[in-house]
Amino acid sequence: MAGSSVAVAAGSAPSRRREDIAAAVQRHGALAVLVLLVVVFSFVFPSFGTVTNLTNILVDQSFLAIVALGMTFVIISGGIDLSVGSVFALGGVVAAWGSQHGLLVALGAPLLLCGAIGLLNGLLVARAGMAPFIVTLASLLGARGLLLALSNEGETTYRVPADGLFHDLGADLLGVNLSVWVAVVLYVVLGVVLTRTGFGQGVFAVGGSEDAASLMGLRVARIKISVYVLSGLLAGLAGALNAAWVYSGVTILGTGMELDAIAAVVIGGTLLVGGAGSVLGTAAGVLLLGVIQNLINQVGSLNSSIQAVVSGAFLIVVVVLQTLLSRTRRL
Amino acid sequence: MSALTLDRVRGGDWTRWLRDNGVYVAVVGLVLFNAVATSNFMTVDNFRTQLIQASPVVVVALGMALVIGTEGVDLSVGAVMALAAALVPLYLGYGLAGAVAVVLVGGLLAGLINGSLVAFVGVQPIVATLALFVGGRGLALVLADGQLKSVSDPTLINLGSGSLFGLPYIVLSAVVVSILVGFLVRRTTFGRQLVAVGGNRRASELSGLPVRRTLLATYVLCSLLAALAGLLATARLRASDPSSIGLLYELFAITAVVVGGTPLSGGKVRVLGTIAGALLMQLIDATLIKHNISDSWSQMAQAVIILAAVYVQLGRRGSGS
Repeated sequence: MAGSSVAVAAGSAPSRRREDIAAAVQRHGALAVLVLLVVVFSFVFPSFGTVTNLTNILVDQSFLAIVALGMTFVIISGGIDLSVGSVFALGGVVAAWGSQHGLLVALGAPLLLCGAIGLLNGLLVARAGMAPFIVTLASLLGARGLLLALSNEGETTYRVPADGLFHDLGADLLGVNLSVWVAVVLYVVLGVVLTRTGFGQGVFAVGGSEDAASLMGLRVARIKISVYVLSGLLAGLAGALNAAWVYSGVTILGTGMELDAIAAVVIGGTLLVGGAGSVLGTAAGVLLLGVIQNLINQVGSLNSSIQAVVSGAFLIVVVVLQTLLSRTRRL
Repeated sequence: MSALTLDRVRGGDWTRWLRDNGVYVAVVGLVLFNAVATSNFMTVDNFRTQLIQASPVVVVALGMALVIGTEGVDLSVGAVMALAAALVPLYLGYGLAGAVAVVLVGGLLAGLINGSLVAFVGVQPIVATLALFVGGRGLALVLADGQLKSVSDPTLINLGSGSLFGLPYIVLSAVVVSILVGFLVRRTTFGRQLVAVGGNRRASELSGLPVRRTLLATYVLCSLLAALAGLLATARLRASDPSSIGLLYELFAITAVVVGGTPLSGGKVRVLGTIAGALLMQLIDATLIKHNISDSWSQMAQAVIILAAVYVQLGRRGSGS
């Protein structure tokens, strides 16, 4: 929507070329850095480039990838969802609880509950006109409370029965965990939805200018509610898949996951102010964070919290770049 | 939406009065409720405990009120508190003065990052402060090597548990900060400029106000106060715990400010309302704890109360975003 079409504004040829380069850096920068890092690390660390290690990165990041996919839609629409970490943990606990009653409950219950939280977020943002960061910070707190209530103040860890179908969801398919395949399918499907459907164009339009979208006759409130529901559903699904992978509903998961998700989305080139972004960029951002985390673990002497510092530093660079970029375009 | 508009027309002056003064009514109401329903509530000891616990939130919320007054928001305050907490034990060898100095330098740097992104690069405040929100706590954990460190320096412990004329030092610090911020907002040029920038940035620019410098100074002040709150929390806990200190404080601070009647749309700073808002948050928490409500229900109740309070405050000037 924004991107290249805006870059065709008036300007001399060299400056336009510079803008094109800058725009390309923003869109594909994460992918380029990712490829570069993977190649360099494979040479420097012999243990990095092995199939086992790369597969581990994919599996580790598949859950964050699903959460960040929902976040991409929310951020493109001009909002933000800080509740996904709690919702992810809640989804896992509910799924593990539900697995005692069969696959249908194990998947249906977390999706229903997490979708409902997303709906509540969406209604408060779109209908009541409240600021997204306050609404979703409050539901971060509320979802964490609900999780504690369901798990006897965090003391009960529900286990997934080994003979159930839900247990099989944690199995490998063609050598990698099922969650990776789910993530791939979701990225393809939702990537098409975002770029090729009316709903996807609506999400871009609302994020670009809410007033303009409203004047064009788009149902702004409905689109905004949909993205929050989608984000809740995907966070819940990721939680459920994670519960199947670790065979239990771990109550302490997901703290700070919203920050990783936001970092991945923004590093992937999606504008935090809304109106532009891509699903592919988010995938690159998620994998980039995974590779950095993996490298930190490989080196061993580094504190694992460094990853958050690197994310923060990346964010500053990307955000400054994006702002300067959009400023040159406007001139 | 239509129900809200109707309500606004019908309610008129009465709802506006409630929005301006509801926070005081709620504080008084909650105190009265506890006086009747909670045993041992109306004791000096209990009030002292409540004030001590509310003090860090008051300090953070006052800084947040200044930022919100400029039509901004600072999501990084909790992370800055953690950062301050991590810095304390590193320089405690130089005594309390060393700890205070390093904490303030940390706050200054954090504020300079946030402030220059907002004022000079022109990044949206939420986006600008997100970087430190994401990386700040991680940096604190790296500095502290991911560990809780207990603090044994006598001067710092005295700051956390000592008192002057029966008033704990922590509460005293919050009172001093409140008076200074109140003076800053009401009686200084900077305070006027801050409110003007928040009310109408374009007009402030055109009338020659130092808009960028004002914004930068505001974010620096907010981070300094957050760092101070991190120091106070560390002193009270007698330990530096970067993984828990300041957690969710951005939510509590923003809520205290909004509940206290400062609109998110900027152009106004209510110091007394913010203090009352922070006290209200603490009272709600204490009421839930004293009635043996479990953590889980208490968190859910707080989430609902926060949403309801912010919703009620919304009508002031259109949408809150």
